Amino acid sequence: MLQEKHVMTMLVDNEPGVVSRVAGLFSGKGFNIESICGSPTNDPQVSRITIATQANAPVVEQIEKQLRKLVNVIKLRSLNGPRCVRRELALACVRIKPAQRAEVLRIVELFNGKIADAGASHLIVEVSGEQEEVQTALNLLKPFGIKKLARTGPIGLIREPT
Amino acid sequence: MEMTGAQIMMAVLKEEGVDTVFGFPGGAVIDIYDELARTDIRHILVRHEQGAVHAADGYARASGKVGVCLVTSGPGATNTVTGIASAYADSIPVVILTGQVPTHLIGNDAFQEVDIVGITRPCTKHNYLVKSAADLGRTIKEAFYLARSGRPGPVLVDIPKNVASGRADYQPVGEIRMRSYNPTYQPHPKQLRSAVRHIEGARRPMIFAGGGVILSGGSEELTRLARRARIPVATSLMGLGAFPGDDPLFLGMLGMHGTYAANMSTGACDLLLGVGVRFDDRVTGKTDAFASQATIVHIDIDPTSIRKNIPVSVPVVGDCRISLQRLNEMIDDTRLGNTTAKRADWLTRIAGWKDSQPLSYQQDKAIKPQYVVNQVHALTRGEAIITTEVGQNQMWAAQYYRFNRPNHFITSGGLGTMGFGLPAAIGAQIACPDKIVVDIAGDGSIQMNIQEMATAVQYELPVKIVILNNGYLGMVRQWQELFYGKRYSATCMNCAPDFVKLAEAYGAVGLRATRPEEVVPVLNEGLAVRRPVIMDFVVEAEEGVYPMVPSGAPLTEMLLV
Repeated sequence: MLQEKHVMTMLVDNEPGVVSRVAGLFSGKGFNIESICGSPTNDPQVSRITIATQANAPVVEQIEKQLRKLVNVIKLRSLNGPRCVRRELALACVRIKPAQRAEVLRIVELFNGKIADAGASHLIVEVSGEQEEVQTALNLLKPFGIKKLARTGPIGLIREPT
Repeated sequence: MEMTGAQIMMAVLKEEGVDTVFGFPGGAVIDIYDELARTDIRHILVRHEQGAVHAADGYARASGKVGVCLVTSGPGATNTVTGIASAYADSIPVVILTGQVPTHLIGNDAFQEVDIVGITRPCTKHNYLVKSAADLGRTIKEAFYLARSGRPGPVLVDIPKNVASGRADYQPVGEIRMRSYNPTYQPHPKQLRSAVRHIEGARRPMIFAGGGVILSGGSEELTRLARRARIPVATSLMGLGAFPGDDPLFLGMLGMHGTYAANMSTGACDLLLGVGVRFDDRVTGKTDAFASQATIVHIDIDPTSIRKNIPVSVPVVGDCRISLQRLNEMIDDTRLGNTTAKRADWLTRIAGWKDSQPLSYQQDKAIKPQYVVNQVHALTRGEAIITTEVGQNQMWAAQYYRFNRPNHFITSGGLGTMGFGLPAAIGAQIACPDKIVVDIAGDGSIQMNIQEMATAVQYELPVKIVILNNGYLGMVRQWQELFYGKRYSATCMNCAPDFVKLAEAYGAVGLRATRPEEVVPVLNEGLAVRRPVIMDFVVEAEEGVYPMVPSGAPLTEMLLV
């Protein structure tokens, strides 16, 4: 069956061990985590964890049911389709020669990125946006030599009714 | 009111109506034990912490209440893991209270420190580390609530020594509500209507009932539904007793060692109503071939059980008892029609399967294990609580002791834990002091928790241990015989103790039968005495459990005797 990328977001109790329960469920049941991102919400007792996975539809159904069953998971929603806003942040440390600086800056500008740090032979580039957009930016930066890379994986929210 | 952590614990246990705790003391729980001794809660001192959890499990299954055990940190806690995993696999409500090193030592590799919350995360319904005495009351209260509600299961609470000895204000917590935990008890009316239409319209329906029916107290509703709509009933191992074993509509157990009639019916039915089951691999055989002509309706309180292993046409998430009750209310007798006429062909076909291949064995010079179970059934008039170890003994108990009532068959179904039966029998006997409790055991598995004989003797619990002694780890031997060219690698137990002398060494009664004519006299003597008894039945060494569906084969392809 077709393996598709699937993103899910959940509100959980902001308590020690909760991420371990969520991640342990994936490893214990043989599901795969592509990325995981979590932090507290505006309610300090509640955190939001967003997970991207590759799985076929019945497995996704089972993962979501299993996650909902965890006592610390308050609410879980699927983050797919046009009703969702999804963003990812990437920090890439790019190796550059002086002559390449201008071209890298153009790419960064094209993707509304920022320069987070700069040195004689490197730039740390910050790019955010839809995951595909971030990926394109990284693809363009790749030929210069990406020394280090950090990506959040997708986070997102479901749009409110207008 | 200001109290110590240990006093708060006792207050909550009393509120929860706990009358018995199974446990084993140690340094980290010494404050709790000190306080426990000041209450009227009965403490049963086991000989190994695994036994404490199995005993609490047996107590829970026999009584319908939450079982409780109390152990110390480190090895005390790790010894409970097999017991916890067993209770988790069978959805049994148990609260496990473990001691922990003081909070300031956690993470320091202190003496008798383990991260038991981390270790048991995947085999508990939920677990807690309590960091302050002020949180203790609510946490333990939540643990009981989680253990018994929804799909029940074990919940562990880890209590550091300084939390038990520390002081905090305690007010009774009252009813627990948790925003992140709301089991669905009430089934969705639309799904039920769909289920009702299928039941009314089916020509060849069958019910497949499991442990969920027993756990929810749904046996009466199930029996009502089956008799009214004349639907034959098969059960899982865990479901034995959910429907009367003597009822003509009873097909027997389904699955790898299920009856011919039950397995054949599954292949031929046009409606399979699964209630409180999870369609595990031992039941379905090859999943593609399972109930391949049937519409499957699946009722379970745990949504993860539905569509996990097999596709389901009508999923119903809800409590089994409530769902069955609603079905009984909603089914229309007019639409159901004359079930006698409607079912005649189907029930005749089933009767044919039952008659052609009943459960059977050949009696000869050696004692047959099936005969022993048959005689246990006859002499206890089918009213005993039966616990089992795991393997052939378990399957023969399931096949030959016809269970007519729920909560009378106590077996490690999901995890398949050898060494379960004796401590579970101890727990069941404490829950039901007036019942005859029999552990049907093998010579291999009884040795896994034999130390609990001392517990049975100490508390004068007249549990009866029936050892079907074939000198082998019989179920593995059977697989080796059938699928591994009779190469009996490591399955011959040729150095067992003398079980009669062993019983006597513990201060129990030991009896032995080696010939068929000795079986009934030994059972009569053993069942009559009000003391723990080991009855050692030296049985046919290479007897097999049949029918048998080879692992991964379709259910209808059984090896018969």
